Amino acid sequence: MEALAKLGRSTLDKFSALGRATFVLLGAVMSVPQLKNIPLTIKQIYVVGVQSLSIIIVSGLFIGMVMALQGYTILVDYGAEGSLGPMVALSLLRELGPVVTALLFAGRAGSALTAEIGLMKATEQLSSLEMMAVDPLRRIVAPRLWAGVISMPMLAIIFSAVGILGGHLVGVDWLGVDAGSYWSIMQSTVEWNEDVLNGFIKSIVFAFVVTWIAIFKGYDSIPTSEGISAATTQTVVYSSLAVLGLDFVLTAIMFGIE
Amino acid sequence: MNNLIEIDSLTFKRGERTIYDNISLQIKEGQTTAVMGPSGIGKTTLLKLIGGQLSPTSGDIKFRGESIPNMKRSRLFNVRRQMSMLFQSGALFTDMTVFDNIAFPIREHTNLSEEFIRTVVLMKLQAVGLRGAADLMPSELSGGMARRAALARSIALDPELIMYDEPFAGQDPISMGVLVKLIKQLNNALKLTSVVVTHDVKEVMSIADYVYILAEKKIIGSGTPEEIRQSDSALVQQFLKGQADGPVPFHYPAKEITAEFLGA
Amino acid sequence: MISRKTEIWVGLFVALAIAATLMLALNVASKGSVGQGETYSLFAKFDNIGGLKVRSSVKVGGVTIGRVESIELDPEDFTPVVKLSISQQYNLFPETSSVSILTSGLLGEQYIGFQPGFSIDGIENLKEGDYIADTKSALVLEDLIGQFLFSRDSE
Repeated sequence: MEALAKLGRSTLDKFSALGRATFVLLGAVMSVPQLKNIPLTIKQIYVVGVQSLSIIIVSGLFIGMVMALQGYTILVDYGAEGSLGPMVALSLLRELGPVVTALLFAGRAGSALTAEIGLMKATEQLSSLEMMAVDPLRRIVAPRLWAGVISMPMLAIIFSAVGILGGHLVGVDWLGVDAGSYWSIMQSTVEWNEDVLNGFIKSIVFAFVVTWIAIFKGYDSIPTSEGISAATTQTVVYSSLAVLGLDFVLTAIMFGIE
Repeated sequence: MNNLIEIDSLTFKRGERTIYDNISLQIKEGQTTAVMGPSGIGKTTLLKLIGGQLSPTSGDIKFRGESIPNMKRSRLFNVRRQMSMLFQSGALFTDMTVFDNIAFPIREHTNLSEEFIRTVVLMKLQAVGLRGAADLMPSELSGGMARRAALARSIALDPELIMYDEPFAGQDPISMGVLVKLIKQLNNALKLTSVVVTHDVKEVMSIADYVYILAEKKIIGSGTPEEIRQSDSALVQQFLKGQADGPVPFHYPAKEITAEFLGA
Repeated sequence: MISRKTEIWVGLFVALAIAATLMLALNVASKGSVGQGETYSLFAKFDNIGGLKVRSSVKVGGVTIGRVESIELDPEDFTPVVKLSISQQYNLFPETSSVSILTSGLLGEQYIGFQPGFSIDGIENLKEGDYIADTKSALVLEDLIGQFLFSRDSE
């Protein structure tokens, strides 16, 4: 009986959290856009986007290099090392670009967003905004949400592009795959709509979900040191799980049925 | 004199716990009203209720006769422009300079020119003696200075009502003296209505026109500072004199000590 | 209130993203002209298409001029009909052209090799919806082995 009540209570808690999260999201998205918000959003793009650039570029480079190295050792057995280009490009564009960017973004920018908003709550800055008749959803949450949704797809594209260059570095410059075939077979295999755009759509969805979770976890955190640290951890865990789960769903929709 | 705020048989529960049980109080326009009581009885909650950040479980709160809990959000935001609140922590925005903090409400709510805003902000800073600190970041201020800066921000839009949440808590005697002087001056100069929530008896008795004492979910005493001092309620006297034991017990509720140790 | 440095960095960020997009568009993904721009359709009947798939490329001397749009079975004579979509910029192939299904490398994917015919007076160019008469089917390894064994037996 006790277990049943516990299950019921935790289900209700989850639903009420989902309700609050939706409320935060709607409040932020629906808030009347103001000209004053544009500089705020640009500033947040700097914080969540530009400051994540270095980690994205370095990771992209290394992942591209590793894939070229791994792919080469397998493909060369079949004399098919010419297919290295499409292998690297397709894995990056379809999967690794959006997914790894989203995971890195959750760790780098998402956790920072949660902690920042949580601390604003703990130091009464959010309350004080409300008392100044300034809606914190509009002033604090909305610019951060938009900045995340704008920044992450750009980061994912940069990630893929850098990864393809990294693959070129290892595959062509070190292992001696023909540069012409690296690019040309890649070109004849990769489709703009099918691969590039689908990957882009994926990363927009991930951006939305990760930023939403990060912001909500901060906004809904218990304003104590433990509360904020728990919220930050939850942001990373929940957004990583959400990204991986959604990735499967989106992949099934986009590439599953031919 | 008119009542700016009327609280009418207010009950507020947080979860199962009752914070206020059917209290009523009035705050008169142009006066400084102090709300005193021991820590942990939710004095800050009272201010949040007045500001409309929380809704009462039952009862009503009226601002100029208009019910705050029943206001639409847009109307509430309009009303809040006439109020302001000095938070215990100051709640300065940590990512802006002191100047931008004080300019913030002006920039948000008006379309004044930057030049004019600059004049207004510097005047407000002058009033709290921090004109020289305009370009510092909040992290570079001492606790007392941060609270003065926050005070400057809360009067930036010339509100009618200021709510002070524990303005003297954790201040050294000098900053405390400065704050007492500032609050007094501002009230006289700007004809403000003030609500001061505090447990610092001596300071607040010197500036308040009217005092409410809250304890055990109810108002246990009210009157002018003089009347309060004369009060014959044991609870009020314990609070004023800071006695360790009395109607508010020293011990947190527990079973009898003999039962605890002897296992009877 | 937002510093010049922030603005420059955000500008740089956006420029980098645009550069990456351009790189993907120009160097990585197939160029827009084939399969995206104006195309016209041709049909070809094969006895056996082997491993040909939708979106396999159609090449003339190694240059991709189009893609396989769809593959269906003719309901009357049960032979595969392949619909090719050819870029409009290559619209002057004569009717005598032939197509064959080829394999790139020993294990590579299959594609359609398009062999332009001779254009003499009186022979029109292929246009939208035409059937290419001259087709060569895919080589199926099992058939080849069978033929080889058969010819050896008959010796």
